[in-house]
Formats: sequence, C-alpha cells, structure tokens
Amino acid sequence: MPDRAWRNDAVAKVTGAARYTDDLKLPGLLHAVPVYSNFVHARIRTIRTGAAEAAEGVIRILTARDIPGANRHGQIRKDMPVLADDKIRYHGDVIAIVVARTRVQAVAAAALVEVVAEPLPAVLDPEEALRPDAVPVHEQHGSNLIHTHRVRRGDIERGFGESDFILEHDFQTQHVEHAYLETEAAVCLPRPDGVMEVRGSMQHPFSTRRFVAGTLGEPLANVEVVGTPLGGGFGGKDDTAALVCARAALAARLLGRPVKMTYDREWSMRESYKRHPYRVRYRMGVRRDGIIRAVHCRIVADGGAYCSVTPWVTWRSTVQCCGPYTVENVHCDTLGVYTNNVFTGAMRGFGSPQMNFVVEQMVEIAAEKLGMDAVEFRRLNMVQQDSLTITGQKLNQHRVAMGEALDRVREASSFEEKRKRCSHGSDEEEELYGIGLAMSYRGVSLGAEGADFTAATVNAQADGSILLDVGVHENGQGAESAMILVLARELGVRPDRIRLQRSSTATIPDSGTTVASRGTIMGGGAVVQAARELKRKIATTLSQRLGCPMEEIRFEGEAVHGRGQALPFAEAMAEMYKARVFPFAFGMFRAPEVSWDEETGQGDAYFTWVYGCQAVELTVNRRTGKVTLLGMTAAHDVGRAVNRPMVLGQFYGGMAMGAGYALQEEVRMEEGKIRNTNFHTYRILKADQLPDMQAVIIENPDPLSPSGAKSIGEPVNEIMAPAIANAIYNATGIRHFRIPILNPLSSESSAEDPPADRKEPS
Amino acid sequence: MKVHVNRKPVEVSGEALGTRLIDFLREELDLTGTKYSCGIGVCGSCTVLVDRKAVRSCRLEVRDVLDKKVLTIEGMLRPDGSLHPLQQAFLDAGAVQCGYCTPGMILTAHALLLRHPAPTREEIRSALRNNLCRCTGYQQIVEAVERAAPFYRK
Repeated sequence: MPDRAWRNDAVAKVTGAARYTDDLKLPGLLHAVPVYSNFVHARIRTIRTGAAEAAEGVIRILTARDIPGANRHGQIRKDMPVLADDKIRYHGDVIAIVVARTRVQAVAAAALVEVVAEPLPAVLDPEEALRPDAVPVHEQHGSNLIHTHRVRRGDIERGFGESDFILEHDFQTQHVEHAYLETEAAVCLPRPDGVMEVRGSMQHPFSTRRFVAGTLGEPLANVEVVGTPLGGGFGGKDDTAALVCARAALAARLLGRPVKMTYDREWSMRESYKRHPYRVRYRMGVRRDGIIRAVHCRIVADGGAYCSVTPWVTWRSTVQCCGPYTVENVHCDTLGVYTNNVFTGAMRGFGSPQMNFVVEQMVEIAAEKLGMDAVEFRRLNMVQQDSLTITGQKLNQHRVAMGEALDRVREASSFEEKRKRCSHGSDEEEELYGIGLAMSYRGVSLGAEGADFTAATVNAQADGSILLDVGVHENGQGAESAMILVLARELGVRPDRIRLQRSSTATIPDSGTTVASRGTIMGGGAVVQAARELKRKIATTLSQRLGCPMEEIRFEGEAVHGRGQALPFAEAMAEMYKARVFPFAFGMFRAPEVSWDEETGQGDAYFTWVYGCQAVELTVNRRTGKVTLLGMTAAHDVGRAVNRPMVLGQFYGGMAMGAGYALQEEVRMEEGKIRNTNFHTYRILKADQLPDMQAVIIENPDPLSPSGAKSIGEPVNEIMAPAIANAIYNATGIRHFRIPILNPLSSESSAEDPPADRKEPS
Repeated sequence: MKVHVNRKPVEVSGEALGTRLIDFLREELDLTGTKYSCGIGVCGSCTVLVDRKAVRSCRLEVRDVLDKKVLTIEGMLRPDGSLHPLQQAFLDAGAVQCGYCTPGMILTAHALLLRHPAPTREEIRSALRNNLCRCTGYQQIVEAVERAAPFYRK
C-alpha cells in the first residue's frame, strides 16, 4: 500500500459534493419536527393539538393514534414507541410530530402542542429500580429487570479458599454520548410505485426498514432504505435513528408527500440512546504465586426506559468480565435494568470499555499488593495459545497474540524505562508524571448474540468494469473502500475498476447491522466468497480459450492468465458475454458456529478474538489537577490490514474517544433530565488536548476469516480509560474507581465538582 | 446589496438580511458543503471564510457579510476544477472518515496556512482546536495540514 490513503468517497467529502441526508432537496418537501413533554415519567391523558394545527404553515400534527401499523419496536424486545401513547417513560419520549411547510414553522408550532399527563414517581437509580416495590417502567413486563446473564465456572468458594488474599472494589461508569457530528435526519419519499423510499442518517438499514415497515403496517418489500453518506455513528445511529426514519415515513405516507425530519443537536442529545453506565462490585482472589484463583462480580447496567440492545451489550460484558485472563473459578451475575433515565444501547466497545476499566485496574492493584511487576502479573494470567477462556472456549483456531500486543506496546512506548520516572504522588514535582497501560482481548463480531451472516454480489460488465454490492453500511469508517480493496485483491484488478453500488435494502439480502466491528470481517468475507465464485465461473468458461485446465487459471495484474497466454480483464469479460455466461456471482459469509448456555454462562462465545494493548503517558498538575496527555501508543492484531491509512484512522480515533471517556465526557442527568445537550457542555476532546499517537498494526491473518481481516473499530476504543487510570495512579498515587476522572487529585472524583480551571468557557 | 460567494457576486434582497448565513448558503444557494451540527458556534462544522478569516456561519447573518468575500468548501476547487492541494492532502493523509467535519477543517486550515504557511504541529493543533472531529482523533488531519503547507510557501 502506498503512503497515500485511498477511499472511494473522499473526493466528494473534501469538495463538499457529498450529500448527507439533510442536504437532500425534493420538490414539495415538507418538514417534520418532534414534540417532547417536560415529564420524565407520566401517564398520558390527552394531547392537545388544536393551537398547533392552527399555526401558520402547519400541515398536520401526528400522534400515536395516526399510526396505521405497530407503535412498538425494538431489535430484541418491542417496547420502544414511535410516538408515546400510554405513558411517557423518559424525558426524550416523543409525543407528537409537527409537519409544516418550513422547518421554522414546524418548530414554532411544536411549542403549542400541549400534553396533559398524570406525573408518576420516576425511578432513576438502577439498584432502587430492582426493589420489589419499585415503580415499574413497563407494567406489562412485571419488574424492572430487563434480563440477566451469568458465568458459572469452577467452584467459586474453593477458588477464594485457595487464594492468599482477596481484593474487593466497587467501580462506576457514566452515561456517554456518541457525539456524531451529524445529527439524526431522515428524508422519506412516497414513490408512485407504492414504495416508501427512505434516506436517513442511520447505520442499520435493515433494522430501519423493519421499523418503518412495521410502523406503516406494510411488508418489508414496500420500503427501500437507501444508503446515504453518514456523518458518524459509533454504534449510535441504530434505534433512535430508525425511529426518526419511521416518523418521517409515517408523515410521508399519510400526507402523500416527501418529508424531511432533521434533528437539532439538543433533540439528538436529549432523545438518543447512550453508553450504559455500569456499577460493578468486583472481588478477586489471588494466590501468592501471582495466579488469579477466583473472580466474583456483580454488574448492574442502567438500561434506561427501553430495552434496546441492553441484553447484547451486557452479554459481552459478561463473557469478557475477567478481561484477557484465564481464571478457573468465576461467578458473574449481570443485570440489565429499566429506569426512567435516557435509554442506553450500542456504542463503540459495546459493554467492554466498562469492564476493562474495572479489570485492568484490578490486576494492577493485585500486582502491587503482591509486590510483583504488573506486566509480569498480566503475563502469568493472560490467555495463551490453546488456553481455555472463562467460558470454556479453547483458543486454538487462530493465533493468540496477547503477549505480542503487550510486548509491541512496551517496546514502542519505551514502557520499562519510562515507568521508572513515574512520580507516584511525590511532592517534589509540579507536574506529576505517569505512564500506564491496559490490554484486552475482544470477541469478534456478534458472537452468540445473533444471526451473523452477510451477502455480496459481484457483477462484472462486458467492458471489464465491475459493480459490487455488499450488505454492510458506510458509516464513515471506510467500509466501502475496504470492500472494494478486498475485491480488487481477489480478482487481481485495480480498485478504480470497481464501483460500489449505492447500498439499498432492495438489492441485497438482509445482512444485519454494521456494528460490532463486523463490517470488514463479515462484509469482506462475503466479497471474497463472491469473488471466488466469479473466478470459478470465469475459469470454467474460459479454460478452453486459455488453453489450460480451469485449476491453472490465475487472476492477477489486470488479466486472466492461462498457460502461456493471458487475456486482459476487459477482454475476458467480453468473452464471457460472448459465451453467454454472466460474470456475476453471489457470495455469502456465514460466521462459524458459536455456542452459549445461558444457565452456566459457558460456550464458544465468539468464533475468533482480537488482541490489543495501549499505553499512555501523562502529567497531572499537582495544584490544579490538570491532566496533560503526552503520548499514546496502541498495538492491535487486526488480522490483515485491508486499508492501512484507514486502520490507522481507527486507531487514532478510538484512542481519542477512549481518552475523552476517561477524562471528561459525561452525560449529566438531573432528575431524569439531561443537563448538557450540546457541545459547549458535553465536551469531547479537541485537537490541542491530544498528543501525537503511535499505532502498531499487528497482522496475523485469521484462518476463519476469508479475507484474513479481523476487527479494529472497537478494540481501539476499549482500553484507553484503564490505561489512563493506571497512568494517573502512577503519577499521583491515587486510584480512581469511577470515570470520568474530573479531579485526578481527589479519590472521590465526582461529576459535580470539576476543578474550576478545567471548566470550558462557554 | 451584494455578497461575494466563492468569487461570484450574489444579489441579496432586503428580506434575506436577517437570515443566518448558514441557511442562506445551504438553502438559497444550495451550497450544502457547509455543515450544520451544533448551531451554537462551538463545533466548527459550519466554518466558512469571510475575507480570509475562519468564522462560524451559524452565528452570522447575511447582513454581517455584505460586500465581503465568503469562501465555502465548494469554492476551494482550483479554477480548472481540480482539487486544491489542501484538499488533496486531506485525501492523501487519510484525514477523511465520515467527512462531516471535513469542510470546516479544510477551511480553518486554509485560513491558518494563508496567514502562516509554516506552522508547527502544535500551532496546527491550536488552530484546529475549535473544530471538533469525532472520527479521526485529529492526527491525520494535522498531518494533512503539514503536507499541504509547502504549497502555501510557494
């Protein structure tokens, strides 16, 4: 790969030509906006729309009663309303939508919609929500417990009995906003052929299609969700984004006109789901020789008002509750809980950042108590080739690169040398210095969460140009370019010969969602399978022409090679058409079988795993508590780097997001209402707060991945928080059990009292 | 009354004077490369240049730019339609992911390089501090600006 990056959509993005959803214009377009109430939990009596209907430019006000199909949706449990009907369950519930000629008119009228409701006590604390007498968020569900997961391995009592000491700590993490720069948006066009065409800022076109078709009460084939440039997702453009599309489609269907619904930042931050806050009680039993003998943990995740994908997020936390360490005796209980807080769902990392924050500090605390080097402690306990994981999975199907990742980061960051310089709370320095690291392994793709298979078609034309269609979505990460590069490599042609078709739910089978870092491995797998099928067809058809058996035909250098002769790719395709054989192939990649036993929490949870390690150097000002990041280093085994500059982009972006998670990001809830709903108060890291980062790409092609590639989007985001907590400890001598670490000098680091000098001027 | 947008004069009616500049560009002129994100002048997605200075088009009205020269991302292309070296540098450095911050980033960097064609990495980071990006961690954006800087010194 040359030192210049390549992606198919970048020219459109640097010239402003790329049309994101809100950039689309259609004749007769109407504008819709959501209406919220000021309740957090209430029973709806009446929604008064008269005044709003009479307002200038208003076409119609829609409420739940206008929905022809289903009003409850969800990927696991259908409990999310398109428009609230019986109750308001959180502050972001949408009560009605206003459709008007202009957006300004719609916004003005929205303020005139009046909700009459009977307030109910709100349950905002997940532990309180679990009490038998707690106010139910969903009466029909019976309790506020969404679901549980568990791991039961070995004999936990014996494990603690064999331990020389037992550590116990409570950890807490916060609600986090995805902070994609493009807010949710939808443009829906009722086509003359009866199809509802949906373009939206969403990352799961197939789930969006289910939400839209369900709301309209129409079959899936009546809805076409068309891929549109997406201004960032990070897992966050799933349920809420699909609901926004469903609302716009509802208005478009009822009015027979195209409708646009674009969210303001404040609406987006108020309504959209967040990363789950966790409370974790963690008990670790350790033997004097440095072996972890037992882990007992209780994980409580605040799922907020709706189920969303809480059972899947917390399943990953459960499977990975001991980090990349083998532990023979494990007892883990995980609870997902309904509250009246903003609901929580998928976000980059998906249940692992919270647990890594816990585990990667616990191992350091244990090592210190033993008087052992924390790196050595990790090495003694970490997974190795052929290890059994805590769920009983044998890691023998791929290269286990945990030690390799750890060593590469230690080398690249000069870890050993720098560790000697750590301040450990010394009162002699103004800027306290610390370096810290953390590591993880991560199950790839969905695992036993769900159906994991993906489709691709390759359609070569008679002139040698190629159309590619894949069931993965371009979220901004470069999925499309990765697919093109995978195909180019398989067919031995230049990428510019290939055009990726505008993605559409009407042209490719439902391949699931582009989350879980599964785009490259799953989509790439399908592309490789399609390419192999295409090559088989070409070889069969042209073997006589090329004077050799089909097995000898090779595809490289823009040509199809036989024995002693070659046909340029374009000529070969023309020959295919002459022979009346379409150079067209369908490919699918089905993830290898996985297994899971809910009772014991044992099974082959994921078909392969990725390994990564990150280190961070920083200083903490002894007086102000200001943290300055000096350097960040990451090493991850990506299987095979399909598009190297884009892989680097994942590294840097993931580390940056992880650093924000550790140091400053927090959705602040007050009585169920979010206080910081824009970027002046919800602060993501800026260019001058980040250091130059170092990325080490490790490539051990995965035998179970047709393209050799594994995953990278999430692994890079899941260990910076504990690395920073460990570095802050090494600088200050203060251990932090909750994030964000707003005041590194106080062990009671709290969201409510950031040091004055760290507040952003607004 | 006139505004100069991307080197062309645009007639402005009295009614339009109070329109937010971002809405005027996106809705009236269909220059949708200027992106709306926070609406309060914090994120930098709507950055345009006014007389070579990077400003937030969501915080200005059309009256604020009368007779001034507004440059949007659509005006960055060279007269022959090819990419400006700064745009090319964003491509080459892998500085583009979702692309939503990209127009604002390019224009902010352009303003920096016009006045200071040999910035250090720290100066680049500082100049970009009011343009948020959630995808890239900024590193390849900083590299893109470094790559393009020599062109501005010619």
